[in-house]
Amino acid sequence: MSPVGPHHYLIVSGLLFSLGLLGVIMRRNLLVIYMCLELMLNAANLALVALSHFNGKLDGQIMVFFIITVAAAEVAVGLALIVALYRKRQTAHVEDLTSLKF
Amino acid sequence: MQDYLFYIFSALTLLCGALIILSRNPINSAMFLVLSIASMAGLFVLLHAFFLAAVQVLVYAGAVMVLFLFVIMLLDLKVEQRRRINAFGAVTGLLAVGVIVWVMVTTMLGTSLPAVTEVLRHEGGTEPLGTLLFHQYVLPFEILSVLLLVAMVGAILLSKKDLK
Repeated sequence: MSPVGPHHYLIVSGLLFSLGLLGVIMRRNLLVIYMCLELMLNAANLALVALSHFNGKLDGQIMVFFIITVAAAEVAVGLALIVALYRKRQTAHVEDLTSLKF
Repeated sequence: MQDYLFYIFSALTLLCGALIILSRNPINSAMFLVLSIASMAGLFVLLHAFFLAAVQVLVYAGAVMVLFLFVIMLLDLKVEQRRRINAFGAVTGLLAVGVIVWVMVTTMLGTSLPAVTEVLRHEGGTEPLGTLLFHQYVLPFEILSVLLLVAMVGAILLSKKDLK
């Protein structure tokens, strides 16, 4: 086994991002789609922290700190949107939310 | 030792990430997301990002996931019954994601990245991160506080009873 370098971390991050993307495409439940979005954000965080470590600079970690904060705010607003939508339509399935579909 | 820990944590992260997609019950998905995030905090510790590992566990595995579970239980989502998977969508989705994986992996392997540096041993602790945050990045930090305020007002407005 070769010593773990930046490539290893970046590949794990890329695979995690693709898993999140696959979930967003395949799943039909709004909340699970939202969780997969969080997974994609986390994959980007991992890449930033890895590059920050191997470059010997802390700026990437500051960026991750900001991303975590923005993600928390995003979750609060997004979940409020989902709850409002559920109140109006009584569903959390994307297949039932087609009023904007052409 | 650290290499083995890296393989263990990354395998756990990816496995739990896959199980998020595969499990039918949204509560199981949320629990696997918690596990995935916690093992990613382990990866952060391996990268000497100690403060971020703590924040990851506190904010993501704590606050955000509690919010998720709260909404799942509030909406009382049942296990997905309708499993008629759109074959065309599944195939095209898998194809697109496969191409993206291929592009990313070839790009990452083709780029020469900095080798393992042993310069900063105490990096990623609270003190250097705080110093950098409150000197160089003070303006983004303040903008972020305004963003949090906006998000708070937005969430309260959205959860009002009669949404106009």
